[in-house]
Amino acid sequence: MEQILRQTWAFVFRDINLTRRYMSWIVVFTFYAIVNTATIALIGVALGDRRLTLMLILGALLWNFLSVLFSEIANSITYERWEGTLEYTFMAPVSRLTHLAGVSLYVTIYSVARTVVITAGVALFVDFDLSRANLGGLFVVLLVSSLAFIGLGLMAAALPVMSPERGAEATNIFQGVLLLVSGVYYPVEVLPGWLQPVAYISPATYALSASRKLIGIGESAAEPAQGSGVPLSAVTYELVVLLLMGVVMIPLGLYVFGIVERWAKRTGKLKRTG
Amino acid sequence: MPLHGIEVRNLQKYFHKRRKLFRARPAVVHALKDITFEVRLGETYGLLGPNGSGKSTLIRVLSTLLAPDGGEVRLLGHRIPGEEHLVRQKIGRVSVDAAFYKKLSARENLLYSAYLYGLDGRSAERRAMEILEALGLEQEKFTDPLEEMSRGMQQKVAITRALLVNPPLLLLDEPTTGLDPKSRRDVQTFLEALRAEHGTTILLTSHDMAETERLCSRIGFIAKGALIAEGSADELKAKSNAETLDDAFIALAGESLEEGKEGGGNNGHKPLKDDGEQAKAAAAAAVAAAKDEVRKEVGK
Repeated sequence: MEQILRQTWAFVFRDINLTRRYMSWIVVFTFYAIVNTATIALIGVALGDRRLTLMLILGALLWNFLSVLFSEIANSITYERWEGTLEYTFMAPVSRLTHLAGVSLYVTIYSVARTVVITAGVALFVDFDLSRANLGGLFVVLLVSSLAFIGLGLMAAALPVMSPERGAEATNIFQGVLLLVSGVYYPVEVLPGWLQPVAYISPATYALSASRKLIGIGESAAEPAQGSGVPLSAVTYELVVLLLMGVVMIPLGLYVFGIVERWAKRTGKLKRTG
Repeated sequence: MPLHGIEVRNLQKYFHKRRKLFRARPAVVHALKDITFEVRLGETYGLLGPNGSGKSTLIRVLSTLLAPDGGEVRLLGHRIPGEEHLVRQKIGRVSVDAAFYKKLSARENLLYSAYLYGLDGRSAERRAMEILEALGLEQEKFTDPLEEMSRGMQQKVAITRALLVNPPLLLLDEPTTGLDPKSRRDVQTFLEALRAEHGTTILLTSHDMAETERLCSRIGFIAKGALIAEGSADELKAKSNAETLDDAFIALAGESLEEGKEGGGNNGHKPLKDDGEQAKAAAAAAVAAAKDEVRKEVGK
């Protein structure tokens, strides 16, 4: 057990130090995310619509959180290829579960911290009131939805093992599809009919639906804003769906990764530069 | 207790390379052809061969990074494939490229590696300092980012990483390539001490004849994916009636150890008979051809 904890810590230790060394880029990306979220939120302010403003801020923040979580896990193998350390990680006596758990743990902590900083930054540009929101419930939704996104990230992380360039391209396309279908800035009902069923297999759809209820802006434009956030029990359906998605997607992600890893070892794709 | 550090029997490895998108059948490259050799416990065994001969592919199979397509591989008694998790706990590897997080310091890279192997950070740091000192790296460099270090220094950190866990088996893929003569000697002395004190089994691939002769009790010649000869340096030279290992390689493999230089002989298609007239004639022809080539180069 002690060995597994140390091995998990290895990835957290590595990523903390890499974050430290790339701090100027982290600051730049976070600055951009703050400005991007603020400009989206100001559309609602310009229209004088408090509900729309909150919906846009929530969508931008949640998407910032989930997309960073997904892409950092999905790109973890690509980064190792760039650095040339992939072979050393794969020949270390560490299980893939521990490896990916370590990566996911750091990314989750980093994404939460980043979201808090972006929220504080947006508050400088937009006056929004979350005092009546169920913030505790929101945090629970973030954590539960993280599981499903970690699972998706694990599946996507297998792609760069097969082909670094094509893998990174596929990851971006997949992320774009999630952004489109999950109703990040609009209710999914506005999507074309043929696309709407896809929305219901995206974990972001449920995370957004639950979060909107928890900050008191309701699920759809037709529904009047409640003014204050609902209790956590009111989003049980979304939480159960998200939990089920996580329970299915994490083992599935590991399984897919395992298949691709074995294939890469057979075909010689598991090398430094790809 | 296994008798051998490494046992390889009839090892085969193929790569399928797709030539064009719509070409149905991919080209098959036979990267390792029926390789058979053993390395005794505590022995240092050298593999000599030009670039593309299969040395690194063989090391990658032994490192569990490539799955063999045929044959039998055992490291310290553990099978590959099948017991990779046991193998990984007992091997250290240094490759020709020092693969690190270049923005991180030597300390951070080594600690990351130590944690990966489940080691305690404090004792790993102590051991890392001892090894780096023995390899001649100044202590103050320990906290410098790898990107600010010379290739030689990076390679010393790579060797330290491989030795942090004190592995009973070391796979060294051209570990001293690019090092200055002093650093090269430091590394060689350290490897000798390691074998003497800990009985570490070492598989070393190299282009450096003097290094191979100094460190290895037995040497295997590998060319075009096949192990064409093995023995002590003296045996190999005697076998091919050559004065140096380089000449012996040219005579037996029909090509130079330097990439892309054909040495004549049988062009590497078939291993020559060990001590027959044919081998001697080929050796003489190859050595003469190589010497001519050197003369031409010098005369330019």
